[in-house]
Amino acid sequence: MSEHDQYHDPSNVINPEHAEHHVVQPITYIAVFGTLLLGTLITVLAADVDMGVFNPIIALGIASFKAVVVILFFMHVKWQSKLIKMTVGAGFFTFLVLITMTLSDYISRSWGLW
Amino acid sequence: MDNAIATHPHEHAEHHEHVALPQHRHHFETEQQQREAGSFGMWLFLLTEIMFFGGMFFAYLLYRNWYNPAFVAASNQLNVKEGAINTVILIASGFFMALGVWAAEVRKQKLLVIFLVLTTIFGFAFLGVKADEYHEKYEKHHIPGASFDIREFVNPPIDAKTGQPDQKPMSPDMAQKTQLFFFLYFAMTGMHAFHMILGLGILFWLIWRANRGEFSAGYVAPIENFGLYWHFVDIVWLFLFPLLYLINRHPLK
Repeated sequence: MSEHDQYHDPSNVINPEHAEHHVVQPITYIAVFGTLLLGTLITVLAADVDMGVFNPIIALGIASFKAVVVILFFMHVKWQSKLIKMTVGAGFFTFLVLITMTLSDYISRSWGLW
Repeated sequence: MDNAIATHPHEHAEHHEHVALPQHRHHFETEQQQREAGSFGMWLFLLTEIMFFGGMFFAYLLYRNWYNPAFVAASNQLNVKEGAINTVILIASGFFMALGVWAAEVRKQKLLVIFLVLTTIFGFAFLGVKADEYHEKYEKHHIPGASFDIREFVNPPIDAKTGQPDQKPMSPDMAQKTQLFFFLYFAMTGMHAFHMILGLGILFWLIWRANRGEFSAGYVAPIENFGLYWHFVDIVWLFLFPLLYLINRHPLK
């Protein structure tokens, strides 16, 4: 019973990890909106310039930057608890692991035979 | 029930007034805890979505590597102008969704409804442009299957200004592989559009509830979590647009 009392913790003292609630203001959203539009413009313009192998790298780089901006600000991850930050990071990390392992299988299948 | 109270009189005595707010259900210690649990659950769902779309992106990566000339030629057939306009439309939709979360936070009911309606309008605009693009693919016989036409990939039309073909002709073998590009194009943009259609359905429901004032008295979670979903769908498009539309623009110049 005493243990149960210990966990009845309305002010959340035993779980100090939780993030302070933060209301994101419209000015932040307007800045993000502008950044995303600018990113789109650069993506379209950069695609018309011949940069060889760097074309897809730049396109993916800008897309990833935009995605991070959306995740941090539109999706409020910047102000979330560590639990949620870790969850989001773990998801993308796991996806990268899957990509890396499948690609290393793919490129080593016919090693030296191309 | 009367009987139960009679046999346990002290239970009745201990009963205190308990107002169950939607933002603080009885099984959560604090509002903050309920909210965080909800966000956590929503993110777990979004992780499964990353894996779902990730599989298709991966198929794209391998086949693009394998049949690069076919992917370049097929990509140049997509309507970059409409794709770019759609990117802007979708970013605008996400922007109003984000403002909607803010309006719910500061308990402005009318603003919340307006922002949700704007989110919906831009969502429909996106689907409208998408439908026009799909129709264009239909007219050009670029839908994979029996009526798919590889002629313009094998014998590209002659550019009137230069007198040269507007892109490098391909062998019929490689030209067939353009179907793979269009298959992935329809699979990926189609799945993306399907997510938007589901989202628009949920938006109607949320607008109806927001209009009744359900989300402007501290209960922000449904708006916030739907926002997470909507922004995730945006992110998928942010990758689809350059990967499908902008593979190799410069040979056109």
